[in-house]
Amino acid sequence: MSFLNHLINGMGLGSVYAIIALGYTMVYGIAKMLNFAHGDIIMVGAYVCFFATSTYGLPPLVGVLLAMLVCTVLGVVIERLAYKPLRQAPSLAVLITAIGMSYFLQNAAQLLWTPNPKIFPQFFATTNPDGTQQTAIPLFDGALNLKYTTIVNVAACVIIMLALTWFTGKTKMGKAMRACSENKAAAQLMGIDVNATISLTFAIGSALAAIAGVLYLSSYQTLVPTTGSMPGIKAFTAAVFGGIGSIPGAFLGGILLGVIEILAGAYISTQLANAIVFAVLIVTLLVRPAGLLGKPVAEKV
Amino acid sequence: MKNRTLALLLTGAMLAGALAGCGGGAAESKAPAESQAPAESAAPAESSAPAATGSVFKLGGTGPLTGGAAIYGNAAKAGAEIAVEEINAMGGDIQFELKYEDDTHDAEKAVNAYNTLKGWGMQIFLGSVTSTPCVATSQEANADKTFLLTPSASSTDVLGGVANPLTGTVDVPRKDTAFQMCFMDPNQGSASAQYIFDQKLGTKVGVIYKNDDVYSTGIYNSFAAKAEELGLEVVSTTTFTEDTQTDFSVQISDAKDNGADLLFLPMYYQPASLILSQCKSAGYAPKFFGVDGMDGILTLDGFDVTLAEGVMLLTPFNSDATDDATKSFVEKYKAKMGEVPNQFAADNYDCVYAIYNALKAAGATADMSNEELCNALIGQFTTMTFDGLTGEGMTWTADGAVSKSPKGMVIENGAYVGMD
Amino acid sequence: MKKTLKLSKTSKGNFATYGMVILAYAILQFLGSNAVREGGLLSPTLRGQLVPICAYVVMALSLNLTVGILGELSLGHAGFMSVGAFSGTIAAIALQNTIPAGGPRLLIAMVIGAAFATVAGILIGIPVLRLNGDYLAIVTLAFGEIIKSLITNLYVGKDANGLHFSFITNNMRLGEGGQMLLNGPMGINGINKISTFTAGFVLILIALFVIFNLVNSRSGRAIMALRDNRIAAESVGIPVTKYKMMAFVTSAALAGSAGALFALGQNSLISTKFDFNTSILVLVFVVLGGLGRMWGSIIAAAALTILPEALRQFSDYRMLVYAIVLILVMLATNNPTLKGFFAKLFRKPEEVETGKGGEGK
Repeated sequence: MSFLNHLINGMGLGSVYAIIALGYTMVYGIAKMLNFAHGDIIMVGAYVCFFATSTYGLPPLVGVLLAMLVCTVLGVVIERLAYKPLRQAPSLAVLITAIGMSYFLQNAAQLLWTPNPKIFPQFFATTNPDGTQQTAIPLFDGALNLKYTTIVNVAACVIIMLALTWFTGKTKMGKAMRACSENKAAAQLMGIDVNATISLTFAIGSALAAIAGVLYLSSYQTLVPTTGSMPGIKAFTAAVFGGIGSIPGAFLGGILLGVIEILAGAYISTQLANAIVFAVLIVTLLVRPAGLLGKPVAEKV
Repeated sequence: MKNRTLALLLTGAMLAGALAGCGGGAAESKAPAESQAPAESAAPAESSAPAATGSVFKLGGTGPLTGGAAIYGNAAKAGAEIAVEEINAMGGDIQFELKYEDDTHDAEKAVNAYNTLKGWGMQIFLGSVTSTPCVATSQEANADKTFLLTPSASSTDVLGGVANPLTGTVDVPRKDTAFQMCFMDPNQGSASAQYIFDQKLGTKVGVIYKNDDVYSTGIYNSFAAKAEELGLEVVSTTTFTEDTQTDFSVQISDAKDNGADLLFLPMYYQPASLILSQCKSAGYAPKFFGVDGMDGILTLDGFDVTLAEGVMLLTPFNSDATDDATKSFVEKYKAKMGEVPNQFAADNYDCVYAIYNALKAAGATADMSNEELCNALIGQFTTMTFDGLTGEGMTWTADGAVSKSPKGMVIENGAYVGMD
Repeated sequence: MKKTLKLSKTSKGNFATYGMVILAYAILQFLGSNAVREGGLLSPTLRGQLVPICAYVVMALSLNLTVGILGELSLGHAGFMSVGAFSGTIAAIALQNTIPAGGPRLLIAMVIGAAFATVAGILIGIPVLRLNGDYLAIVTLAFGEIIKSLITNLYVGKDANGLHFSFITNNMRLGEGGQMLLNGPMGINGINKISTFTAGFVLILIALFVIFNLVNSRSGRAIMALRDNRIAAESVGIPVTKYKMMAFVTSAALAGSAGALFALGQNSLISTKFDFNTSILVLVFVVLGGLGRMWGSIIAAAALTILPEALRQFSDYRMLVYAIVLILVMLATNNPTLKGFFAKLFRKPEEVETGKGGEGK
């Protein structure tokens, strides 16, 4: 029973990583850049939602939509100002700019919103008859606890994953994205507006980051300006684990990462949980060098 | 792809600018306007007491003003600023000029910050706010014979000369100029174990601590040693790190499955708030026992205070206290920062006043060298008794540690209530 | 056919780099000496930063070997620095009574740091170098994190019977006069600083010497051939793994000695210092200075180490300004218009590049 409990908790943590990884992998797949500022866009989204709901008392749904709006604008502006001028530059130059952007967002957030932690509201809770809040469903007389956030996160992940798969596979804009990802120059020749497509990718990726921010903070409530950096790295790891650029891979990678982290802590050592996660990652990549669901790239001579 | 020349020019320009910025005394004297803000507000006081020439002491401190630990640094800085403003407004022979430098909770940066303060002409050092940087800066200050009183860096290595609770060895020699305003980690750890044992608060104890943090590990080590000595049964010990401080389900279920009826949480309030809420989700309701780092949990923006109902903690400071000094401080802090002060702010407020009292008693003047000031202050600190926000009748011994009694508090209806 | 031209140009460039380092050293030594003014002209901050700057310069040079010359992105370079820092410092403290003189002890510490980092480099290089691109990058990140976790849980003590080790829980019982050297998460405290600016300067020269010799040797050309086109290089019989390992392990060893130099210039050391952010910091030096361009790494490492300190007058806005400067410099150095303008200004016939974009296709 305790194993089952750990498994459920692992999925709860993993689903959070997965949601962030989906946005990561989306941007990577099209723009071919590691957007290190992605985690910080999550943080911005969470702050927007926090202020909308807690300070201005708006309903959670409005808060989420507002966060998505702000993050989408922010993502597109960042792309235009900082990444677009580097379209022709070596990929590492863009990486460093993304890191600079991440520092910028963290420090700007600290100046705007102070470093004091904010406790994110519990969106997913029911109120008991005695007025207390219930955040989990007890199963088998409380031996198992299924948190509402876990259910919501996993469901959100699956929906987002399916929507993205459909979008990139079936719609015209999605196909344009895939074309850009394969070969930008050829896509341009086919009449695809590459710049607009990449901007669209950032818009979608940032909107996903806002959703991820809200769901992440609903599960783990402490919100500080550096909130985004750790999950950002974990999500990057998850995305690579699943095969970077692959949408179902990000989902699988995220969930597995969370489950491994929890099981390693539970059955081996909490001190080494993080090290074990990374060790599993290394072994996996040695066996499958392109990640779990990644396509091995044919080498062109 | 290849403009190296441009890169060279830009980096060269940056370097030149940087060197100019670091260019020693001349540049420093017309230094940052912001850092002199407290002195500015004290301007009338200064001009009204020109007779007391050379009575402006340069007080410096480092703390994390940016980055993940910025809450502690900014709170401590504001606490000291309030004290300095009050003292300067009183006029009198002793006036302060205060300067805080950012150390981003990093030892290397803290030494840089310390050196910057040194270049500014700092005479008395308020240490670093957090332990890791303060271990480094205290060694520098000791080597420079500069007096240092840290508000909140509670590690034994800040003072040096304290035996390691696990091995009994003294790993860092005593740094003679270093003093603390807060409880030293081992004192808190063993006091907590003693308190839990004496009051029979729990029979089976679970501990969760932050394994890559000096503060948390320091308290845990001495707690474990004391618990073993007393025969207090510790049934579950689990850890987390900076990278894994979001999900505590493993730690909580370990404590729950081993039947712990009291959970000891030697950590700051940020992870503690997550543990409290996750315990509730897991349907686990032991007694909770915290340390001084837990203070601040009630004033977290948006925190559901019912989660903290019944949490016990040892803390030196209670922002709900009704004495005049605390009330006035809390009011000023709220006006300045827009929130309720935590113990970091209160500790640093006390630091400034303790130094003020000691300077006054020693009849020190600002033209004394750092070493003379240091000797005078050490002489005072080891003999004086100090009443402040964080304790009454505080005394210090030559080993640098403060002696004040921790207040056992329990949270009832969202407020601290004395436990005894 | 342009080979002869290229070689002579490179060696000219190399001498210029040596010259730049020696000149900078001479100037800083002079400014810091009492000859100019009592206590020298350098501010205490800059004076305190001289050793860390040297360490970061060597870190940047060594990472440039991996990223610029070998063409593989490494996100865990701080891990090697950490291995070197802790092994070197433990050695230096353990030998305190045997060899009281600082200089030789520092030398031994740096050699030991480099040796341990070499072992780590070999152990990590074997699996890592089988991968490519971002997968390789994430595995180096993973190793960096693993090293950090392991050192956080490592305890080293010393008594009359020699060194004692324990892992995760400290259950050591040390004899009379014993001392904990590495105290798990508390790290190493109370280090006697024995690193000097001169030692750092010498280490930079050694690093440059090693790298330039490697790059201009047959092996170096093989390594760069791998970077530029692995398949073509393989097809002409260059053993991929051997040369990749050669560059990677050399880079690790240099990072290890830089770690020892750094640690022995600090008075306390904790494992979390060498985290992902430190790896990224060094990577920023390398990219900003230019891939494969050693003098660029030196300038970038020095400038970006000093910059946050020089920005202290901005107080609360310090790190914000730092981030903006970083972004602007990246944008400016990669701006085609600006580039064209400066290229005209400093026109050099047929500029041959040693360094090229990181991703070999």
